[in-house]
Amino acid sequence: MLDALLLQAGYNAALVAIGAALLGFAAGASGTFMFLRKRALVSDAVAHATLPGVGLAFIVMVSLGGDGRNLAGLLLGSAVTAWIGLLVIEWMTRRTRLAEDAAIGAVLGVFFGIGIVLLTVVQTMSAGRQAGLESFLLGSTAGMLLQDAVVIAVGGSLAVLATWLMRRPMTLVAFDSEYAAAAGYDVRRIDLLMMALVMAITVIGLKLVGLILIVALLIIPPVAARFWSERAGRVIWIAGGVGGAAGYLGAAMSASAPALPTGPIIVLVAAAIFVLSLLFAPVRGVLAALLRHRRFQRRVHRRQGLLALAAHHPIREAYTLRLLAREGLVRPDGVPTEAGRAQAAKVARDERRWEVAREIHQDAGLTGRYDGLTPIEEVFTPDEIAEFDRRLGPPVAVGAR
Amino acid sequence: MTPSSRPAIAADHGRPARPDAIPAEAALAVRGLTVSYGEKPAVFSVDATFPAQSMSAIIGPNGAGKSTLLKAALGVIPRLSGEVHVFGRPVKEARERIAYVPQRASVDWDFPATVMDVVQMGLYRRVGLLGRLSGRMTRAARDCLDRVGMADFGHRQIGQLSGGQQQRVFLARALAQDADLYLLDEPFAGVDAATERAIIDVLKALEAEGRTVVAVHHDLSTVRAYFDHVFLINVRRIAEGPVETTFTTEALQATYGGRLAAAHLDELAVAGGRA
Repeated sequence: MLDALLLQAGYNAALVAIGAALLGFAAGASGTFMFLRKRALVSDAVAHATLPGVGLAFIVMVSLGGDGRNLAGLLLGSAVTAWIGLLVIEWMTRRTRLAEDAAIGAVLGVFFGIGIVLLTVVQTMSAGRQAGLESFLLGSTAGMLLQDAVVIAVGGSLAVLATWLMRRPMTLVAFDSEYAAAAGYDVRRIDLLMMALVMAITVIGLKLVGLILIVALLIIPPVAARFWSERAGRVIWIAGGVGGAAGYLGAAMSASAPALPTGPIIVLVAAAIFVLSLLFAPVRGVLAALLRHRRFQRRVHRRQGLLALAAHHPIREAYTLRLLAREGLVRPDGVPTEAGRAQAAKVARDERRWEVAREIHQDAGLTGRYDGLTPIEEVFTPDEIAEFDRRLGPPVAVGAR
Repeated sequence: MTPSSRPAIAADHGRPARPDAIPAEAALAVRGLTVSYGEKPAVFSVDATFPAQSMSAIIGPNGAGKSTLLKAALGVIPRLSGEVHVFGRPVKEARERIAYVPQRASVDWDFPATVMDVVQMGLYRRVGLLGRLSGRMTRAARDCLDRVGMADFGHRQIGQLSGGQQQRVFLARALAQDADLYLLDEPFAGVDAATERAIIDVLKALEAEGRTVVAVHHDLSTVRAYFDHVFLINVRRIAEGPVETTFTTEALQATYGGRLAAAHLDELAVAGGRA
């Protein structure tokens, strides 16, 4: 395992690890805008639409007397049918009453079906060595050649470059397509570009991870990356990093044991990174959200408890009582301590200040911030608060009944 | 369509429905615009002229095609027929003179962007694909945020903003474009009073600088206070002209039909007269 991680597990394993890392990076970065545009599943349909192209290219090349397994020919064929699938989705969404999800389902099913039929036909052809075409379904690294790695490196770099060059128009269209259209951007062409990027990644990744799982590399890294950044420009690179790490780690892990399939392991590593991000990312992670919620709940209960004390009402909720008791504001039986009475008096005074503020203050934007929790000092200046106090009269001594 | 079938109020202003010349002084001129969702026209054969260096409101009931008119004029949604001119030129050639403020609810505010990122989107056209945002442009963007009272929010994630703040950010993005014609879709919808004040102040300032503002507007009680010119629409054009002469009980009745009680309309007209 360590050998594989350090690229010491043999030439082929090293080639696969580097190729997978490059592919993962390119897929993560290029898939980001599809995800931000909320069209991530289009890539699934595009990936499935590559299959007929593989079969057709094989048949054409064999019937022309060539080698049916020529990689460039197969990739070209897959790109052609993927592009047709893409245009069909785009046309159906724009020109018919079908929603995009229906168009995706239709294209995915029909194209994949045609692809399987063609592959079956290929199996029965006498000419050509057709063995290995099925590997386009789930990918195979066993026979990965230098030329495959070069295809990934060159194609992936171009896709990342295009993503970087077009980041502004694509951000604009993903965020606010109406504004983009009004500003004169050709939204349809930018959408097509996003899909073309996804298609390019699918085609170059076909051999390594296969058409069924490549979609995971296009979607999971951006989704995971979104947990770590609030800026689209950074999400691109974090997604690339997540994809690259998943590709590298996945390839190394699968090389360390004889029976582990590379493509699925890469996807599982990406999924693991996603789960970790989902749970532990600061701000957007599940854990952070839970903590934030608990903290807020504590503030609400504390405040309600103090308001009850100020009004000489009994505190009914056990949680509120526990909170105040822990701070030494009430005794376990609910009777306020000296400190508790002082705090309650302050809370009561702030409530009366708010009342005055809402009566006399002109700015509804400020008085509208009265929600029971927001401290009055955050909304009004000390001078304004002093003015409220002047209207309220002198403060009552703390602790006095 | 024969002239006699046109609404009487439109005819009152004594100009033909389809003038051959497009008025040169118009900031936005729409001629024969029809937009349809399916086979039901949302806007039918509308002529509209919005004078330059003024503030115009597009007014009408829900579903009357107010937003549709604006979007179709801009080419955001396709039009079935009609021509649109901006400052006397076809709209396609005048893009850089137009700034559009879409409805706040039309985007997903959980998008990964800061307030500053959104304002800078207004500069993208000028910066181009590869250009860097210069210090001068960043400062300009910050000024725009300042003008809408959001100077302290530049680094805030847009998802954390209140509705009113989101609306101000959209306005700041349009300001960053430094355009001559500002088209706003319901800029006051669902915003707090302070935001409404801030927005109207900015729009008035734009008008004072000699720019043109056209806004889809739904609050009849503020029309007289905010706007110089009104365009009343209910799928078809009902009336257009200066607020004092066009924003009348009669015209509102024609626009809203039975949807507004006559007594209520009178009240608006009187209340508006004092404003």
